[in-house]
Amino acid sequence: MNKPLEHAVHAPKRVSREESAGFDRRTIDYIQNAAAHGLYEIRGLGAKRRVPHFDDLVFLGASVTRYPLEGYREKCHTKTVLGTRFAKKPVELAIPITFAGMSFGSLSARVKEALGRAASELGTSTTTGDGGMTQEERRSSKTLVYQCLPSRYGFNPDDLRKADAIEVVVGQGAKPGGGGMLLGQKINPRVAKMRTLPEGIDQRSACRHPDWTGPDDLVIKIQELREITDWQVPIYVKVGATRVYNDVKLAVHAGADVVVVDGMQGGTAATQTAFIEHVGIPTLAALRQAVEALEEMDMRGKVQLVISGGIRTGADVAKALAMGADAVSVGQGALFAMGCNHDSYWQDGAWHSAEAGYEQLGTAPGFCHHCHTGRCPVGITTQDPLLELRLDPARGAAHLKNYFKTMNMELTTLARACGKSNVHHLEREDLVALTLEAAAMAKLPLAGTNWIPGAGGL
Amino acid sequence: MEKTFDLAGGSVRDLNQFLHTGLAQSSVSRVEVANPNGAHSIAVGVDHPVDIQVRGHGGYYVGGMNKQATITVHGNVGWGVAENMMSGLVRVKGFASESAGASGHGGTLVVEGDASLRCGISMKGIDIVVGGSVGNYSAFMAQAGHLVICGDAGEGLGDSLYEAVIYVRGRIRSLGADAQEEPMTDADYLKVDELLKRAGFSHNPTEFKRVASARQLYHWNADADQEY
Ligand code: SF4
Repeated sequence: MNKPLEHAVHAPKRVSREESAGFDRRTIDYIQNAAAHGLYEIRGLGAKRRVPHFDDLVFLGASVTRYPLEGYREKCHTKTVLGTRFAKKPVELAIPITFAGMSFGSLSARVKEALGRAASELGTSTTTGDGGMTQEERRSSKTLVYQCLPSRYGFNPDDLRKADAIEVVVGQGAKPGGGGMLLGQKINPRVAKMRTLPEGIDQRSACRHPDWTGPDDLVIKIQELREITDWQVPIYVKVGATRVYNDVKLAVHAGADVVVVDGMQGGTAATQTAFIEHVGIPTLAALRQAVEALEEMDMRGKVQLVISGGIRTGADVAKALAMGADAVSVGQGALFAMGCNHDSYWQDGAWHSAEAGYEQLGTAPGFCHHCHTGRCPVGITTQDPLLELRLDPARGAAHLKNYFKTMNMELTTLARACGKSNVHHLEREDLVALTLEAAAMAKLPLAGTNWIPGAGGL
Repeated sequence: MEKTFDLAGGSVRDLNQFLHTGLAQSSVSRVEVANPNGAHSIAVGVDHPVDIQVRGHGGYYVGGMNKQATITVHGNVGWGVAENMMSGLVRVKGFASESAGASGHGGTLVVEGDASLRCGISMKGIDIVVGGSVGNYSAFMAQAGHLVICGDAGEGLGDSLYEAVIYVRGRIRSLGADAQEEPMTDADYLKVDELLKRAGFSHNPTEFKRVASARQLYHWNADADQEY
């Protein structure tokens, strides 16, 4: 008879924890959630999985052949001009970092005000988002980009003429090919009125423009917008990153002054998870394709390129500029700066714990992506009259300003280290890639080699 | 006073520039547009009570984003006539191509002939009266306002309707998702009567049926197998 081994008898009970790569805990959770509800998950923010990104690039910095600038003293210019092609009044910004389009509806009016205030003090722009222009934002934001979206919610000629630039939105990085969503909890009376919708309905915005369909129509649509605004302000075209090379060429052909490309890491206030994680290409790959398209048309510097989708740091901005972008847009980073996913909020001169709020949503600080619920524990993505008080516009603006200033200082630090007295002089030659994927997508050499995967072939 | 723009020699840019800036200071109350020859963006973004007569065919977006002006096109028009109109009146004597009155917020659009696909798409308060028939997918996602169709309607009428109301005199080939035929009430007869008079048509309101939203798509519902 076999006796169990001595040590096996006395050992503590073994718990098997062999995780499956295919059916990992996340997947099991997904399946059980689907089984329980029969409805896919809708959530906020952007793609959570790891994709090749700017972190996979590094700067080479100065060397024997490259002469650096003094980090704290010598001037490094950041002025950025967008829309020089046709507009009589191009957009002039003090820094190449702008606030991405985020709607009133997804955000509270107080947050829109905070964004506008910060942008005006920084000398940069904000963008309206779906749902129309609020007077809070127009009043507080010196340079305001007005979006022309498929839904056309609240779209009107008076606001159009008040805009400093117009952005025709074809798609968004979080969901190229999908329209917006705003769940009933967020359709309060004011939001409903601006969008001409009944209060409290689960609203889907259109995914296609109502009055044009293809690139040839877009030419005419842009011409109409120019006619209405007497060719004064720049017209941007924003695309979600998919067939970027073709889309950029078509946007330029259609007469865009500025092309905005939003990569798959770009955020949203409410979209199906399947969409966020599985449609679109990474910002890194999108940027290179966009730059190639402009170069081939000899349009670099004539049509400006704005890149967005997961821009977090000054290093990200510097790398984007070096790869050929003229400016970047930041959405999610701005939310985090205002306290998104923070464990507490500041109200009436004191900190208060937000933990209970996260718990009610079934999440915790650091993991929240529940913007779609309208129950934002820190008062950002909400239309609830009590919750929205958790964000003080002046304090929110101060945090945004600090965050953007930090990024801008990091940007100029890196530019000086590469010997540039203007951040727009950063160039591809200043960069190498750390991974094969990033090298191939960005068409940059793998660090320590001259090898660009795929170059010369494919 | 009257002023004429001949687009055979002049440009749409000059016309629109005058309508936006010169008009308000002038004593011009009527603008004649000669030889439009299908040009795009004729009389867009006007914000003045002026009478504009377009003597021929227009291209895309005639009267786009109009406020206050009365615009008459003595011919046919291309896509998106009176798109996003806020107020005023746009009248097309001939036929209108796709997306007539798209996302209009107010005012009245009259198409005396037929209107093509997606007439009244995303409308947000505009009143549209079509003397003839409309193409497929008309009033798609229409949010507010009225669409009166004196002829027939194509496939998928009123798909994903919100609060806009459609009145049809002729045959409806098919209704779109969440659109349903409803009984006419006294208020409906009065509304149709008023809209027909505004448009200058003499049909009897009792000949019309009402189509409005069943409001079944207003909220997510997993059990309804909605293919969102
Ligand atoms: S904290 Fe608020 S803004 Fe941030 S993810 Fe949660 S709900 Fe969205």
